[in-house]
Amino acid sequence: MSTATVSRPRPGPRRGRIKIGRWTINLRDRDTVVYLAIFIGALAFPTVADFVTGGQGGPIVLLAADAGVYVLLALGLNVVVGFAGLLDLGYAAFFAIGAYTYALAASGALFHTPLHHAIHIPFWLLLIVGVVIAASAGALLGAPTLRLRGDYLAIVTLGFGEIVPRVFRNAGDWTGGVNGLSALDNPVLPYWLDGPWAGVGEQFGIVKNLVFSVANPTAWYVLMFILICISVVLLNNLRKSRLGRAWMAIREDETAAQAMGINTVTTKLLAFAMGAATSGFAGCFYGAKLSLVSPENFQFQVSITILVMIVLGGMGSMPGVIVGGLTIYLVLFKILPDAPNQVHSLLATTGFTGIDQPHGDWPGLGEFVSRLKFLLFGLILVGTMLLRPGGLIPSRAEIDVERAAKETAGLEGAAG
Amino acid sequence: MSSVAPNGKNILEIRKVTKQFGGLVAVDAVEFAVRRGEIFALIGPNGAGKTTLFNCITGIYPPTLGSIVFNGNDISGSRPHKVAQLGIARTFQNIRLFPFMTALDNVKVGQHVRMHAKLWDAMLKTPLERREEARVRDRAYELLRYVGIERFADYYARNLPYGQQRRLEVARALATNPQLLLLDEPAAGFTPQEKVELMKLVEKIVSDGITVFLIEHDMKVVMSISKRICVLDHGEEIALGPPETVRSNQRVIEAYLGSGAGHSGTS
Repeated sequence: MSTATVSRPRPGPRRGRIKIGRWTINLRDRDTVVYLAIFIGALAFPTVADFVTGGQGGPIVLLAADAGVYVLLALGLNVVVGFAGLLDLGYAAFFAIGAYTYALAASGALFHTPLHHAIHIPFWLLLIVGVVIAASAGALLGAPTLRLRGDYLAIVTLGFGEIVPRVFRNAGDWTGGVNGLSALDNPVLPYWLDGPWAGVGEQFGIVKNLVFSVANPTAWYVLMFILICISVVLLNNLRKSRLGRAWMAIREDETAAQAMGINTVTTKLLAFAMGAATSGFAGCFYGAKLSLVSPENFQFQVSITILVMIVLGGMGSMPGVIVGGLTIYLVLFKILPDAPNQVHSLLATTGFTGIDQPHGDWPGLGEFVSRLKFLLFGLILVGTMLLRPGGLIPSRAEIDVERAAKETAGLEGAAG
Repeated sequence: MSSVAPNGKNILEIRKVTKQFGGLVAVDAVEFAVRRGEIFALIGPNGAGKTTLFNCITGIYPPTLGSIVFNGNDISGSRPHKVAQLGIARTFQNIRLFPFMTALDNVKVGQHVRMHAKLWDAMLKTPLERREEARVRDRAYELLRYVGIERFADYYARNLPYGQQRRLEVARALATNPQLLLLDEPAAGFTPQEKVELMKLVEKIVSDGITVFLIEHDMKVVMSISKRICVLDHGEEIALGPPETVRSNQRVIEAYLGSGAGHSGTS
């Protein structure tokens, strides 16, 4: 076989491409466009939020930072479910492990444990520690599931998802039991960043005013933005690598993958570990921002919510998962909780206050909507899946099937 | 046994291999050797245990008794990915491609065992990883051209026409850089024209120094391309030798046409 230059099929016109140094941005590629739109949108978001609300954008920006936690989690679970095809119903366990790692190592909590010594490791270091611990936990909990496929795997992971929060709840000596751990450290920028100038005057700092507190939502938002960017770049690199292909091969046909020389044991463990690592990121951020972790925050419902984000966004499609995560978060934590109040004010301004008054069995429209929250959520899910069965932004596999089938027919016709 | 020639000459030796599923003996003390550089065929009626033997060789399940020796190393009971690493590649009777991956990616997966990039290389896109990816991509196009389906590189495997899927499976197997290629009924469902093309492809592969061991039902294909043939019936080895001897073997004729046909043929 010769190693001469290989002619690539369809070189085609190169319009719609922007070159920046070594990178080329192809504006005809759907994923690139979606990434770019999200990136620019996310950059502009705090300013826009402030502008629209007349300087009161704080709570919305904070909400967006919280949504980022779920986006991170969805990106991580997507590695396990979307890439490697391993249905994991207990993903919140790794989120819990990341968050508790932060809580124990960055607060006075360990002082009240048999260790009798508080540890205060800086947030930035703990991000890495949290990732390593969560990844190890992922590999550890993944190991017993290796021989299982499909439904059986789902049931076992479901078990892990139940066990881990329960362990945290019952190991009261270490984890504060039901009440959880509170008063966790806030991240502080390293000395060299806000630097020796910090005392001299704000105008000299490289990063001004980036203090992580409830009063400063932008700081959290920026941090989350950076974490998501890092995760997206790293996971996208993985997706296109030898390992990413091995994951997909296992998802498509495990026996054939083995016959092609893929070690399914290590490949699956790496999928669990990489998925868990991302949730380690999310867990650290979550603990630091809320300054509180409790077993109640890592219930089964969290696992399911994340899974819903992936399925609704488009399994295996990273831009889809990001959009799905943001959409579900918005619906679940903003639109639905606000709906009753919106209904109240709408009825008040339009004059239909009669419907809003409770009489007899009728609780009033606002209260009625509030009771139907989860029915509405379900309807939104069913509606979306009916309209877009592959998810909001399906992975290429879903969209290309029909088109390629047509092309194949054309080629065959031309050949015959 | 006379059939087992000394090492070096034989790339694969099947030594008294038996595979039982509960009470069913699928392969019964089969013994033969595949010589380096030849086209060896395994034939037999349906349910004779041909694919079971393939699965034993590639490590999908271990043989109950006996041993399988590849290049002088005992590989019986090795895990499938180890077997692939050692240099045995295979295709499947019922095509098992990765349907929602492009043809190109299917072939790239085949090169998995010959790649060295670690997790960190992949995450951070190190120069080593970039070079390797470029090499793998070029090699994948080369293999797609080799089997004649380069124009389908960007298609999902499931969208390829049937014949091209079989070819893609061969390309994917070749991507593992094997010394021995196992083809499980490569011509199944082919038109006579496609069968001729397939035979050409198999001969091309052998001329490139890869030993081919195939299961095939089509007698015309088997008799014309294979150097030696082993015939299984109900898990038992009933004949072994060059096509001419096997063709005239009484037990083979009986196995294929029924014992009555054998007698009427001779009387």
